[in-house]
Amino acid sequence: MTTLTDPPKGTFRLSMLINDSRYRSMTIQIVALIGFLTLIGWLTSNAAQNLSELGRGFSFGFLGEPAGYDINQRLLDYNNQDSHLRAALLGVLNTLLIAFLGCIAATIVGVFVGVLRLSHNWIVARLMTIYVEVFRNVPVLLWIVFAMAILIETLPSPRDFRGETPEASMALGESVAITNRGFYVPEPLFSRSLGDVHLFGNHPLRFDVSLDLVVILAVLIAGILTARLIGRRADRIQAASGDRPHTLWYQIGVIAVPMVLILTILGFFLGYPELKGFNFKGGTYLRNSLIALWLALSLYTAAFIAEIVRAGILAISKGQTEAAAALGLRQRRIMSLVILPQALRVIIPPLISQYLNLTKNSSLAIAVGYMDITGTLMGITLNQTGRELETILIGMAIYLAISLTISSVMNIYNNSVKLKER
Amino acid sequence: MKKTVLLGALTAAAFAAGAASAATLDDVKARGKLNCGINTGLVGFASPDANGRWEGFDVAVCRAVAGAVLGDQEAVDFVNLTGKTRFTALASGEIDLLSRNTTWTFSRDVDLKFEFVGVNYYDGQGFIVPKELGVSSAKDLDGATVCIQTGTTTELNLADFFRANNMSYEPVPIETAAEARQQYLAGACDTYTTDASGLAAQRAAFETPDDHVILPEIISKEPLGPLVRHGDPEWGDIARWTLNALVAAEELGITSANIDELLNGTESPEINRLLGTEGNLGEMLGLEADWAVNAIKAGGNYGEIFARYLGESTPVGLARGLNAQWQDGGLLYAPPFR
Repeated sequence: MTTLTDPPKGTFRLSMLINDSRYRSMTIQIVALIGFLTLIGWLTSNAAQNLSELGRGFSFGFLGEPAGYDINQRLLDYNNQDSHLRAALLGVLNTLLIAFLGCIAATIVGVFVGVLRLSHNWIVARLMTIYVEVFRNVPVLLWIVFAMAILIETLPSPRDFRGETPEASMALGESVAITNRGFYVPEPLFSRSLGDVHLFGNHPLRFDVSLDLVVILAVLIAGILTARLIGRRADRIQAASGDRPHTLWYQIGVIAVPMVLILTILGFFLGYPELKGFNFKGGTYLRNSLIALWLALSLYTAAFIAEIVRAGILAISKGQTEAAAALGLRQRRIMSLVILPQALRVIIPPLISQYLNLTKNSSLAIAVGYMDITGTLMGITLNQTGRELETILIGMAIYLAISLTISSVMNIYNNSVKLKER
Repeated sequence: MKKTVLLGALTAAAFAAGAASAATLDDVKARGKLNCGINTGLVGFASPDANGRWEGFDVAVCRAVAGAVLGDQEAVDFVNLTGKTRFTALASGEIDLLSRNTTWTFSRDVDLKFEFVGVNYYDGQGFIVPKELGVSSAKDLDGATVCIQTGTTTELNLADFFRANNMSYEPVPIETAAEARQQYLAGACDTYTTDASGLAAQRAAFETPDDHVILPEIISKEPLGPLVRHGDPEWGDIARWTLNALVAAEELGITSANIDELLNGTESPEINRLLGTEGNLGEMLGLEADWAVNAIKAGGNYGEIFARYLGESTPVGLARGLNAQWQDGGLLYAPPFR
């Protein structure tokens, strides 16, 4: 009988690069790669040539020169004689601050709205629908400018608090001043403060660490860990005997008692804002630019998060709810024990991109004069030094780094909640 | 991912820098239009009139240059620029001339590679405050909240002034004059600072201008002038001498009213040279002989332009002050036309 012939072992011909399906995809990829690299090379050399024709080198030396301008919201100490690098660092911190506050607020509001939109109460559900549709269908820049305009135009200015019969007065027992320049709230102070630790001497990246804060955080974390130990012990007893001992008061106690103790030792008291000269002095000053940006960004992003949460909940089949109800669980426990843990798997991945959106949208801060990295490095520094290419490159690298960090942290969390297949 | 970032940046840079070429005059002539960068809106310097035609002290410079180069003062495409976008627009070749109350400083001239062609307004930075605040001197502003247009020299002057006087302040950065006005009038800042001429122009647009005072201190020198890109001296010469022609015209008594009469020939050789009836100054610049005639006809001489847009009979109401001719105690001094 005939035998199966071996495939022809023909010699390699050049036309096989196109005609042979074994090589074709490789050929196309290599050609595309060469084309891509040529394009990059052309753009680079073109930019370099044009820059040299203009007589402008490519250098980051400007970062070491004195910035010369002031920044109103400073999370670290800074004056106008510090370098552009430090001004950029302050901008980065302001960006991180608004991103952090925004993500937290957006998540809280978003989850509430998303759950309430599924409410059986007609009015509540419709109100939430209106909220979602209004916020996500208007550009966020308009919300930011709108929030700022409302703060500026409707609230009293500090000079209205002056005089025998002032037009405005402080809220919450004379402790909070709400003005069109921002909110002045009492600040925590310590009469027996442990002081600060100065790191990095006089380097542009120097910063201070408040020892008070470190001690308080340490006590808080220790308290929470102890409370969890108490909870674990209760779990063990419940598993063994079926009776769960009361733990709530012990858990509150191990957190609260040491906290009160340490605050007393440090001499904790509140510093109240007071009208002195042109402005309120003392207290913590939340600028209107921060508040407007925070409100607008978080309410806008919350509308998207609400839809993600709603989608996640609806993705869990109704049978689960009914089964849980049949076991005698109450509505709230069904939500927190059965639905949400499963819904999180659907919710987390799109939630990550909302966090990234919020962070990137924070670059609109310049519209209300909030000095984030776009305002300092890519705004005033760019303008005063004229180094467009360098500052924009640094700015993009910073946003990239922030976004990748958020995304990797959220991915770790996603891995911990996703369905574990065995 | 990194590649994408780099690519984007380089594309932007390559395109931004790609348009810059040497022979601006040829480009403008071929295009038949002058691209001129002006303010986004500042009464007196650059603002649209009822018909949407841009008018103002800075706009007049654009029109004069268009008249000199193209013989038609209307052959201008105006590009509105903020304090932040103006230099990129000029460096990239988007505009041929920037006439947007821009302060002539060393670093802009030398480091940013621009060429200031002269000064069309000698200014200084001042403060405006509401009268009810009871402030009479800028030295009383310790602790004040100050609205300031970001991306300008005023930002640096402000920091220097408060540091030199050992005072503290709270800066509120603002993008445009309109935002500054909103914040200032709502009391979100105690004072607004910019060039004194700009303050006068802004105050003119307030509902109750009399409730606001401009403090006497002028904390900086702000010579405002038009500028061009570095590297094209011929184009720089054209802009420089067009500005000089406007100033010289006032000194020599040439106005838009009597210029046609003077064209028939005068006793003064300098007037004749300037108007092109004698000599070949236009040819040296690469322009027509009547270049200066067209420049002056565009809006009149320097004095006429000043009186029409900024003078005491306008809402802005500025006195000539430093901007008078040198014989009258001012700083305007055009080099001789010969």
